[in-house]
Amino acid sequence: MENKPSLVATGIYKSFYDPAKVDILKGISFSINRGEFCSITGKSGCGKSTLLYILSTMDTDYKGELFIDSELMTNKSEKELAFVRNEKIGFVFQFHYLLNEFSVLKNVMLPGFKSSKHTEEELEHKAYELLKKLGIEKLSSKMAYQVSGGEKQRVAIARSMINDPVILMCDEPTGNLDSKNTEIVFEIFKELVHAFNKTILVVTHDENFSKKTHRIITMRDGSIM
Amino acid sequence: MKVKHIYEIAKSLLLARSRQSLVAAIGVTFSVAFFISLLGFMEGLNSLLDGLVLNRTPHVRLYTEIRPSDFQPIDLSKTYQKQHNFISSVKPTNARKDIYNALAIISTLKADTRVIGVAPKVTAQVFYNLGNIELNGVINGIDVLQEAILFNFKDYVIGGDFKDLINRSNSIILGIGVAEKMLAKKGDIITVTTLNGGQFSLKVVGFYQSGIAELDKVHSFVSLSTGQKLLGESSNFISDIQIKVKDMSQAPAMANEYRRVFGIDAEDIQTANAQFETGSRARSIISYAVGITLLIVAGFGIYNILNMMIYEKLDTIAILKATGFAGSDVKIIFIVISLSIGIGGALAGALLGFIFSLIIDAIPFNSAALPTVTTYPVNYGLQYYSIAMLFAVVTTYFAGWFPAKKASSVDPVEIIRGK
Ligand SMILES: Nc1ncnc2c1ncn2[C@@H]1O[C@H](COP(=O)(O)OP(=O)(O)OP(=O)(O)O)[C@@H](O)[C@H]1O
Ligand SMILES: [Mg+2]
Repeated sequence: MENKPSLVATGIYKSFYDPAKVDILKGISFSINRGEFCSITGKSGCGKSTLLYILSTMDTDYKGELFIDSELMTNKSEKELAFVRNEKIGFVFQFHYLLNEFSVLKNVMLPGFKSSKHTEEELEHKAYELLKKLGIEKLSSKMAYQVSGGEKQRVAIARSMINDPVILMCDEPTGNLDSKNTEIVFEIFKELVHAFNKTILVVTHDENFSKKTHRIITMRDGSIM
Repeated sequence: MKVKHIYEIAKSLLLARSRQSLVAAIGVTFSVAFFISLLGFMEGLNSLLDGLVLNRTPHVRLYTEIRPSDFQPIDLSKTYQKQHNFISSVKPTNARKDIYNALAIISTLKADTRVIGVAPKVTAQVFYNLGNIELNGVINGIDVLQEAILFNFKDYVIGGDFKDLINRSNSIILGIGVAEKMLAKKGDIITVTTLNGGQFSLKVVGFYQSGIAELDKVHSFVSLSTGQKLLGESSNFISDIQIKVKDMSQAPAMANEYRRVFGIDAEDIQTANAQFETGSRARSIISYAVGITLLIVAGFGIYNILNMMIYEKLDTIAILKATGFAGSDVKIIFIVISLSIGIGGALAGALLGFIFSLIIDAIPFNSAALPTVTTYPVNYGLQYYSIAMLFAVVTTYFAGWFPAKKASSVDPVEIIRGK
């Protein structure tokens, strides 16, 4: 169990044709084991976000193979990939992307609506416990647009955790946070890795942040150094 | 994915654009309401106009046509079978004008389960005497009670009680046009001359107004026995048997059957009044076309609103997809939004349509031609409500389907990267 990889990427190639063919990812291969806290760094425009979208199964237009939890993702149907995203992947974006039409609690519960694994009460309880763990349970009944940026980011993390994913992927989760909030988010991630054996992959520019992770993957011009 | 959650997401998206959604729903409401009131009004008018003639027209009429016989004696001769004969200008003989064995036919018809009722009738050509002037006229001797039950005779009698025809001997209900010419009032005694030269005095007990001036200028009504007396015939003399049947569409077939069985002439209502069907159908088709156009226009309203909503909610759609909602889930959510607008609008529309119908029904409408009608006619048939609502729901489903399909194919990466 310890060494079972949560994510394996082999020879990921990606090009944009806009207007001329530009290779953005040039053969990315790596794997992340269960319980690893991993960060990806690199210059702006080197293809980090592009890679993360592929790893999170949202972008299917690439060459190479991707395994999540030892299951091949490449060439799965849109429906199957949605199912995998819902069950196994938590995603946190740089911009918090909460649904403004819903309360904080409902936002956290949202991915649970899709899976239907839990009853509404269980889901609500679970969402509340997650918010509590992140220290923002007081906000649960507020609407999403009524909370601050740092709080939103924590809500987004709670949301990504609601279905007990295998791996958490974050694209610059602390990009717009001050150092105090960054610290809070880092502590949450550390806790998730240690206490719950989650796998975390974070794209970040923040050196202080990446230095503290288990492993740093550095990218340059579409390849891993 | 649970239905409840689909609803929950759809509801919050709907409420986020509540004003536009309301406008779209009102569009549906009005088109459903107009559809219902328009068709109800049109059908009411149709049955009123058709009823003008059809209600008092027998479904099958049995009579004896006066015509030359089909065969001349020479046609029957075997010897001259192959020869050509030159008999021309054949005239009818002194054929009987009544129906042979009418009473037996009537009792047979009364036993027929397909028949609602039978009303015998005699017709007498007369002159209404007006000083020195004589007015051409027709007096119908009718079975008053049957006539009232089957052909709404009562509705066309004004200024008197139709039952007086039975209760008083030698009474007449005068066509309103005739009465105006004769300046006859109720209680007056008028004189008519029959074709045989006989003169009769009849007491006016009421007036007949059919709404068709041509009829009212000529026709008057007396009881069957008075009619027979005018003709100088016995009580066996019947010139017309009018039949009302349960299923009007069977009338032509039944007319054929009676023609064969009784060996007399029979005419059905469809043959006699073919033009009414055509008029009604054309009016119905036009109303349906207008109503359905309204609903389709409302559908475009919904289509617009949903397209706008999708454009504004791209972030939400991207998040739903990123967190594991499949394209099909997103599609269902938007179709539910569209159907909610459609169903909500349709229900309100049915209610509003009913109110419109009530209003139309209350508008006074007085016509000399239609003595029983005081307000505009409206048909409250449930079928218009169901058709309107069904069509509204189908239209909104399709109006939602295209935007929903667009929403389902939103690429979350594009949206998330775009921020
Ligand atoms: N849809 C697209 N069409 C064409 N080129 C694109 C498209 N999306 C991204 N790119 C290009 O791909 C390269 C990698 O982009 P990506 O967003 O992955 O960079 P990044 O490493 O995440 O940068 P940053 O650190 O600034 O977020 C960039 O040069 C960008 O211009
Ligand atoms: Mg990026």
